[in-house]
Amino acid sequence: MDTLLVILIDGIVYSSWLFIVAAGLTLVYGVMKILNMAHGSLYAIGAYSAASMVGWYFTNGYVPWASYLVFLAAAILAGAFAGLLIERGLLRVMYGRDEVVMILVTYGVLLILEDVIKLLWGVEAYFAYQPYSLVGRTKLLGITFANYDFVLIAAAVVIGAMLWAGLNRTIQGKLLRAVIHDRDISMAMGINVKRTFFVTFVLGSALGALAGGLTAPALSVVPGIGIEVGILAFAVVVIGGLGSVGGAAVGALMVGIARAIAVHTYPQVELFVIYGVMAMVLVVRPQGLFVSTVARKI
Amino acid sequence: MSQDSQPRKNSRFHLTVFALIAMLTAVLSVGTPAPAQAEDGTFKLGLVTFLSGGAAGPFGVPARNAAELVIEAINKGTLPAPYNSIGIAGQAIEPIIIDEAGGGTKQVGEYRNLIQRKNVDAVIGYISSGDCMAIAPVVEELETLTVFFDCGTPRIFEDNKYKYLFRTGPTSTMDNVAAARYVLDINPDLKSVSGINQNYSFGKDSWADFKGSIQTLKPSVEFKTEQFPKIYAGQYGAEVSSLMLEKAEVIHSSFWGGDMEGLVLQGAARGLFDDFTGVFTCGETGMFRLADQIAEGTILGARGPFGVYAPKSPLNDWLRKNFMARYGTPPTYPAYKMAQALMGLKAAADKAAATAGKKPTQDEIIAAFTGLEFEGPGGTVKMALGNGHQAVQDMYYGQYSNKNGKPTMTNVKRYPADCVNPPDGVTSTEWIKNGLKQASCK
Repeated sequence: MDTLLVILIDGIVYSSWLFIVAAGLTLVYGVMKILNMAHGSLYAIGAYSAASMVGWYFTNGYVPWASYLVFLAAAILAGAFAGLLIERGLLRVMYGRDEVVMILVTYGVLLILEDVIKLLWGVEAYFAYQPYSLVGRTKLLGITFANYDFVLIAAAVVIGAMLWAGLNRTIQGKLLRAVIHDRDISMAMGINVKRTFFVTFVLGSALGALAGGLTAPALSVVPGIGIEVGILAFAVVVIGGLGSVGGAAVGALMVGIARAIAVHTYPQVELFVIYGVMAMVLVVRPQGLFVSTVARKI
Repeated sequence: MSQDSQPRKNSRFHLTVFALIAMLTAVLSVGTPAPAQAEDGTFKLGLVTFLSGGAAGPFGVPARNAAELVIEAINKGTLPAPYNSIGIAGQAIEPIIIDEAGGGTKQVGEYRNLIQRKNVDAVIGYISSGDCMAIAPVVEELETLTVFFDCGTPRIFEDNKYKYLFRTGPTSTMDNVAAARYVLDINPDLKSVSGINQNYSFGKDSWADFKGSIQTLKPSVEFKTEQFPKIYAGQYGAEVSSLMLEKAEVIHSSFWGGDMEGLVLQGAARGLFDDFTGVFTCGETGMFRLADQIAEGTILGARGPFGVYAPKSPLNDWLRKNFMARYGTPPTYPAYKMAQALMGLKAAADKAAATAGKKPTQDEIIAAFTGLEFEGPGGTVKMALGNGHQAVQDMYYGQYSNKNGKPTMTNVKRYPADCVNPPDGVTSTEWIKNGLKQASCK
């Protein structure tokens, strides 16, 4: 019984991380129909910004508890700034192109950002572990958990709730949903679709970077960390259905729990389990769990 | 008028994305411009090491730094004896540095480019066992002297015989046999072991060698969970929980680079290695970078007598002093292994030149290299395995301590090369399986 509960906790912790990473990706796709291949690089930018800020903060001996605000703010700002540059400098002139073309464009952005990261931060590892141990540990079910992992769960719930409330309980959210449903009609009704795109991409980028910032304390921040994460996030949003925030949450939960079961019961299959779940879902519902089949407009 | 369904469109869309994802693994390469054709008196040397990706910081860059330092000293003739003559067999080294990132297929292309277009006289390189496995057959095809300086898989010289290929660094078998001996030396009553190793050749081989050695040396030891997360996974929460639930006394890991550092950080936050003894066979590279995160008593290896385990000698003193002065950090084992490879090549070329009385041919250098015994910054290196092409060295392990605020290794034990390496002609797997016979541990 204890092992089952541990599997559940491990699965939820991993799912929370996956959801935070995938939320920005699926939001951008839902509104803009752009599958942002550079999302993992934005995650890396967030991780590097947070790690740099943590290093600076603790070297100067400031109040430890306030470090959370500082490094998370650094990650969000860095992600938003990068998103702003990408949207204004590149995507804005590419709107209206085929989805596959936009994938290639954002793949190019990924390559550029990977080199920009190396230019800015070099190839040495950065560490930001102080905030990870600052919140202490909890003994549960006979083993010790880092409280920071529970903070991650709370962060995922807050981000999910804010996204839901933002989309469903605000005027801007309604405008955004109108764009998701039909951008041509939205434009005809007077909605500034380009501004909606801009806000969405910056928000999605900031979410990606926030995920990197939240994860940085548990990692050795090294070049390339975003690539693997980008692939995982893609798997999650494909399971849930491209463009569905709720789908991303369910996809993250499925992947997280499946991975935890594999690690605890049959570790050899851990390598395949995430993609196994994705493959099974795609066999049954090629459009993902939370996207309904829609006839193509001609 | 046709009407395609959304799922069909999604399938094409997914296929495109999958193709792009496959391309992601081949991202990031850094090349150097091709220099002019070698002039008389220069020795063009291809150097391949990670300059990007997760292995760059802990491995590739220290190795590149050591290469620059040692090559500069060789060209000036300022290395300590017996390497205090100028150049390689009198020729100044002209290095061409290549990034190892991108995987085996890309590296084979880069290797061919080095040999066929840049006309290098020799190549030193390769950290990844996967890259070494891919390059090895091409070395014989292109017939150019090549020295592997770091990759660990013993299969290179156990599965095949090579004329042009050498490896001056020891194999991972030595790391893991020595780790097993060390664990049992400090805890003869050991009852249980778990493992967490990366899910690829190096991780699998390392765990198999360690487990096999423990089974041979103390068959009563129970093996608990055996974790194999994906390389570069980054998140090990579930694995740490599983290791904690199983409560093995010792946790073996051949994790390296960012993965090793991530596991140390995540383990430290949950007290994993406070409660159970960690054995990190590649842990030395994180010893100074994570000084206050590594648990007291954790067993760290340096993949040979390198870094903090290097015995005192003029070559070791020179490397530590000059590396520290130039790069502001002590040299870790990849730096030692790169320096060792350069010294091995120089030793062979100088020996061949002395025998020939002129600039030696490649065949003469190979003849001199085969079975060579030379001094490196980590002590004496014997090219004793693989018909004289594979190095063996003494091996060290110790337990980490930071009690006085200075990271040190305590309880250090030395294992002679003959104690932790199979006899020539016997594969590691057979040797371990058959009871580590002919091991001389005095």
